[in-house]
Amino acid sequence: MKKLFKSEASLNFASSVTAIIAGLIIGLIVIIIANPSNALNGFLTLIQGGFSNGTRGIGQVLNNATPIILTGLSVGFAFKTGLFNIGTPGQFVVGAFVAIYIGVEWTFLPGAIHWLVAIIFAALAGALWGCVPGIMKAYLNVNEVIASIIMNYIGMYTVNYIVPLTVFNINKNETLPVASSAVIPQFGIEHLIPNVNGGIVIAIILVIVIHIILNKSVLGYELKACGFNRDASKYAGINAKQKIVCSMMIAGALAGIGGALVYLGGTGKCLAVVDTLAPEGFNGIAVALLGLSSPFGILAAGLFIAHLTIGGSLMQIYGFIPQIVDIIIAIIIYFSAFALMVKGILANGFHFKKKPKVKEGQ
Amino acid sequence: MENVIEMRHITKVFPGIIANDDVTIELRKGEIHALLGENGAGKSTLMSVLFGLYQPEKGEILKNGHVVQINNPNDANNLGIGMVHQHFKLVHNFTVLENIVLGAEDTKHGFLYMKNARKKVEEISQRYNLKVDCDALISDITVGMQQRVEIIKMLYRDNEVLIFDEPTAVLTPQEIEELMQIMRDLAKEGKSILFITHKLNEIKEVADRCTVLRKGKYIGTIDVATTTKEEMSEMMVGRKINLTTEKTESHPTDDILVVKNLSVSKKGHKNPVNNISFSVRKGEIVCIAGIDGNGQTELVQAITGLMPILNGTILLNGKDITHASIRQRNVSGISHIPEDRHKHGLILDYPLSYNLVLQRYFEPQFSQHGFLKFEEIEKYSEKLIEQYDIRSGQGSKTIARSMSGGNQQKAIIAREIDKNPDCLIAVQPTRGLDVGAIEYIHKQIIRERDEGKAVLLVSLELDEVMNLSDRILVIYEGEIVGEFNPKEITVQELGLYMAGSKRGDTNEKAV
Ligand SMILES: Nc1ncnc2c1ncn2[C@@H]1O[C@H](COP(=O)(O)OP(=O)(O)OP(=O)(O)O)[C@@H](O)[C@H]1O
Ligand SMILES: [Mg+2]
Repeated sequence: MKKLFKSEASLNFASSVTAIIAGLIIGLIVIIIANPSNALNGFLTLIQGGFSNGTRGIGQVLNNATPIILTGLSVGFAFKTGLFNIGTPGQFVVGAFVAIYIGVEWTFLPGAIHWLVAIIFAALAGALWGCVPGIMKAYLNVNEVIASIIMNYIGMYTVNYIVPLTVFNINKNETLPVASSAVIPQFGIEHLIPNVNGGIVIAIILVIVIHIILNKSVLGYELKACGFNRDASKYAGINAKQKIVCSMMIAGALAGIGGALVYLGGTGKCLAVVDTLAPEGFNGIAVALLGLSSPFGILAAGLFIAHLTIGGSLMQIYGFIPQIVDIIIAIIIYFSAFALMVKGILANGFHFKKKPKVKEGQ
Repeated sequence: MENVIEMRHITKVFPGIIANDDVTIELRKGEIHALLGENGAGKSTLMSVLFGLYQPEKGEILKNGHVVQINNPNDANNLGIGMVHQHFKLVHNFTVLENIVLGAEDTKHGFLYMKNARKKVEEISQRYNLKVDCDALISDITVGMQQRVEIIKMLYRDNEVLIFDEPTAVLTPQEIEELMQIMRDLAKEGKSILFITHKLNEIKEVADRCTVLRKGKYIGTIDVATTTKEEMSEMMVGRKINLTTEKTESHPTDDILVVKNLSVSKKGHKNPVNNISFSVRKGEIVCIAGIDGNGQTELVQAITGLMPILNGTILLNGKDITHASIRQRNVSGISHIPEDRHKHGLILDYPLSYNLVLQRYFEPQFSQHGFLKFEEIEKYSEKLIEQYDIRSGQGSKTIARSMSGGNQQKAIIAREIDKNPDCLIAVQPTRGLDVGAIEYIHKQIIRERDEGKAVLLVSLELDEVMNLSDRILVIYEGEIVGEFNPKEITVQELGLYMAGSKRGDTNEKAV
């Protein structure tokens, strides 16, 4: 058993898979309780997820995965540097708005770069939203979780306030659709999977970029050092305050790009004016947990959760109401939080030894 | 005599290293049994096996002649085995009392019931002369006090086999004296003690027998009374060790580090550093001697930039660095072997190689265009590992956390000396090192001096102070109360200055 989990990577993989299996088993129990007669069919549909619909399903999985991979990367990146970025919903929504605004209004830009400019500005907006809690943490010692939560609401309400004043479609209570030149190109993958958005390509590129930053760059060395031991980083001459701000800005930019990729995806989806925090933001936390904060782990976790979500929505044909589907996904996500704990158990190996004979007589 | 504990043929393997290789050790009832071995010899590992933290691959443990299975510290505890770890395991924002009862709490109607606990703790503390303040927070008390808490914790659980892993490494000489007495009292009461230390004097003073390990292997068990220190150290290292350091006369020249009227403030206390002035010249070793807690920590942190200062000036090579950043100080020639190796010295979750370039990763030698040069870092790290004999399971790739305490220290020293500083500031550099390593490190420090470096040494150990320094500054309550030539002062006299009962007038002339 121990030999099997020798390397760190395989250990990580094994623990995530264990968490998923445990989640699925409990999910199955919930399904059986909710609707025993259709339990098996429902469960199979869930597991089949995006694969039940040919390339269309796969395209859907990729499209749904794109934003949560980005928000997952955002949470995971901050986490590697010792920060808990719970501000992804806010960063996501301001990114989305800025992208849409540019996508609708800046049609003077040449088509080849219109979408790219929109993404870059979305990243900047997200970075701005991330940098506020970063500055408060670094210089005022305000807990980043609290500051991020506040920024979530400020972000959401600001966007809800500005949208009706700018790029508003009053009939649908949502933003206007972006110009076709602002839609991200499909980079040729449409020949394989016709309904796919180009956003997944950008997501994968960013996964690789973040992997490189974290593991190969000087910046990554400094950021992780701060995350592991702030005192020792200070001793080493690393400007820990600056690094905290930097890390939160990068995290914010990733979540902001996540927002851009959804609404520049060419699916015709528009940002609705609603008083709820973007679920893609919070899902990022689950994705990061399940992926153990490693970029490639997050990529896999994002795809997996998107896959289940599709499966879940298909379960409705067997009479499962969407809430049940949400519960099951929540259970799996919940178990994913235990992935780290499972990792500890696997690493230490199992002790199936007999109990000690304690306190023998003197 | 009967054996309380027998560990037979214990083998414990870690990735890349056999930490214990067929080790057998017997502990008699009521004895103090010392465990001696080089850094990384496997002492802590062997004791962790006894305490249930590690499962051995081979071997068995007997308690009072019966084979027992110890799967975790709870099992050990139920068998009456307690341990004070090399690096304490206390909850910092809990009080002393809470830490002591943690895991063995009394409850009444589901609520914590501390009254009996407090009584018992007070009893223990009276009986063994272990003075503690039950309501103080761990974060507010000294290391010596924390250790007392750890000892009371063991006694509170009525343990009869007590393991002390390098308890004296972090104590002041006075505290060590007290601890020795406590250990003797405990043994007299019939408790059996396993005692790890690198200090042969201490073994001579309290231990009955001593077991020696070398590179994971059992070398032998000796009777302390009939064995000399030299014999013990030879058994441990496998060669003869020179226990006193040889050095030539110093020839100091220009000032390298100049500290003028430096003060550091602390909220709600008097200034821990109060108007201190001194200088360290090229080619000399200046030692700050003093009892722990008299401002040494703050002084060093102020010079290295880890702590803000109230007023004063610090010059390095004539350049004012009073307000320079830590990075600027590092690159302009200050090296710092910190007091707390886990807090400041290492990033425990980084591999050894990363730790060895902790202040140099950004230099062109180790990075280019914002990317780390892994091969160079690895090569450099291999060089230091070889040169300073840093022992670990997987070389450069070893995660620092899994290294033995002494080898962690060696890694820090290697890094700081190899940085080739103008001014080396070393706080307790040989804490937790074995005699062989101490010999080597002392030689290195003297070589640094001879190459024209300025060395500022802070040490609590008078032997080290007397052996190494060219000039001694005694610090007492944040002030320099005397300056001495080690050849012209006795240890006793030095002690009087350190305790504040004597004050010299030499400090005025410094700078
Ligand atoms: N958890 C661990 N994982 C991997 N290797 C370990 C672990 N603990 C100890 N080792 C290795 O086992 C060897 C023995 O370590 P141990 O801590 O027992 O030494 P020690 O005799 O206590 O040394 P010191 O005097 O420096 O404290 C070391 O080489 C160390 O690197
Ligand atoms: Mg040890």
